[in-house]
Amino acid sequence: MEAAVFIVCAAIVLAGSLGVVLARNPVHAALSLVGTLFGMAVLFLNLEAHFLAAVQIIVYAGAIVVLFLFVIMLLGVDRLEDISVEPIFGQRVLAIFVGLVGFGLGATYIVVSVAEVQNTSAGVASAYLTRPLSNLHEIAEVLFFDYVYAFEATAVLLTISVVGAVVMTRRMARNQQPENQLTNQSSNTASED
Amino acid sequence: MTLSLGHVVFGLDPLYLGGVGLDEVFITLLKVVVAFGLLLMSVMLMIWFERKLISDMQNRIGPSLAGPFGVFQTLADGIKLFFKEDLIPERSDRLVFKLAPYLSLVPAFLVFAVVPVGGDFNGGDGRVTIFGHDTFLQVADPPVGILFVLAMSSLAVYGVMLAGWSSGSKYPLLASVRASAQMVSYEAALGLSLVAVLLKSGSLSTNQIVSEQSVWNWNLWVTWLVPMVVFLIAATAELNRPPFDLVEAEQELVGGFHTEYSSLRFALFFLAEFMNTITMSAIIVTLFLGGPNGPDFTTVGWLSGVLWFFIKLMLFLFIFVWFRATLPRIRYDQLMDLGWKLLIPVSLGWLMLLACYDIAGDRGWNRAAVVVVTLVVMAGLAGLLVLALRAAKQKPKDAHDDTSYERKATWVT
Repeated sequence: MEAAVFIVCAAIVLAGSLGVVLARNPVHAALSLVGTLFGMAVLFLNLEAHFLAAVQIIVYAGAIVVLFLFVIMLLGVDRLEDISVEPIFGQRVLAIFVGLVGFGLGATYIVVSVAEVQNTSAGVASAYLTRPLSNLHEIAEVLFFDYVYAFEATAVLLTISVVGAVVMTRRMARNQQPENQLTNQSSNTASED
Repeated sequence: MTLSLGHVVFGLDPLYLGGVGLDEVFITLLKVVVAFGLLLMSVMLMIWFERKLISDMQNRIGPSLAGPFGVFQTLADGIKLFFKEDLIPERSDRLVFKLAPYLSLVPAFLVFAVVPVGGDFNGGDGRVTIFGHDTFLQVADPPVGILFVLAMSSLAVYGVMLAGWSSGSKYPLLASVRASAQMVSYEAALGLSLVAVLLKSGSLSTNQIVSEQSVWNWNLWVTWLVPMVVFLIAATAELNRPPFDLVEAEQELVGGFHTEYSSLRFALFFLAEFMNTITMSAIIVTLFLGGPNGPDFTTVGWLSGVLWFFIKLMLFLFIFVWFRATLPRIRYDQLMDLGWKLLIPVSLGWLMLLACYDIAGDRGWNRAAVVVVTLVVMAGLAGLLVLALRAAKQKPKDAHDDTSYERKATWVT
């Protein structure tokens, strides 16, 4: 049963991620991304990580991709792109090369870690699985006890970036007249959202 | 293996404790079919109820010809829509255009799955016995119950957003940009007011939340009313119902995001809209009014819970219609101000207050002192917020830039 769920979800994830890369229309690409995220949420469910599955949907599918779509719609980039010209010379060859290297690294990592998991005793993993706490408690414990400083630092970092974005867009709005600065205006709107 | 599947998909329901056999599958199917039929029927009646009630409030008669008191009016409208020509605009994105109504409808259906509609919550944990099996009167009780509701309501944004975009037309696009901004903003207030409930009940499972409230220990007064008010306002905005119905502001946007839709696809949007109203009312009842909890006044054990749930549900449906009949639509900047500058700070502050009060109780500190200190700290923070808002208001005036969303959106499109 778990294997069947995994196969179906993995197919959805793969199809979705291919769609993200291959779709010509940015909105279709964003929708494929939603498909991928959904498949991953079900994979989390399959591992009994309910909380992660819910958060995956709420945060990624519900907020981040919505913002992508929002920006795509506001900026009006939802047209087919001309891809016959290469913007940076050698970009494509380099992209293929880097992609292959990344794929190779990932594959090696999977092979190595599978071997490692098979070697270590199953006791370590099952000790975690048989703990009576729900996975919400587990995550809360890790996040707010073990890694609380990293967590707080991330919060500060995000706040700084938000404040920075607001400050930068506001200064532009004061110096320039909004009517004749169409592109500038649209970038303001996007970052304010 | 089978046990694990039951646990994963249907959660903590005692039905699946003994493994999943033919009986369990049958009972689950029965629950799904009943919930599905119930929702469809109640949408039909809700549309009639809303039209009838609003016409009473406006001193009109309303639907009166189809059936007794016009109760079959919705059915007649549905049949009419079914036989209309299905138009797909030339400039639309055909695939997404066809997909969007379903993206609206499916989340609306799914949310209802986690709502406990009955059961004995006067001391019991809501179990009822169907055909000799113990189970809950809800389709599923996943361990993340209430997060599932949030997840579905955040997916509902896609239906509206893509419908507007794929129509390839100006007004629907504007409406969908408005709608998605509105729904994403109010989701924050919705989530924050919900956290207060979770703090009190200590669980995400809807069944657990209702059990915690059993015998008059309703979250409505356990969380001191404010989260409920915030939740109700945010839910109204999330549902795009008046006075927050800027999405389909007829005077400005023709018909809103579904202007280009006709026939069955339009009917699906309509269905989703009213179904969302019903499920959101059910969620409010579950979270704040103790769900099916209430004094037992029938001889059949499970009936009283279902009746109490229905009575409370009707109360909120009435309130939603009442809103629509009495409140004028607010402006877009007012909408954003209300959401970001009032509801979110208030619900966050209230959550802090509740948490401090609880901690004081746990540690045996003087509760009054803790509340006073918390209030002082929060007053300071509120002062900072007001200062920040003032500073934000000053600058755009020098640059003669009016911050209304619509103007920016029209420049771009």
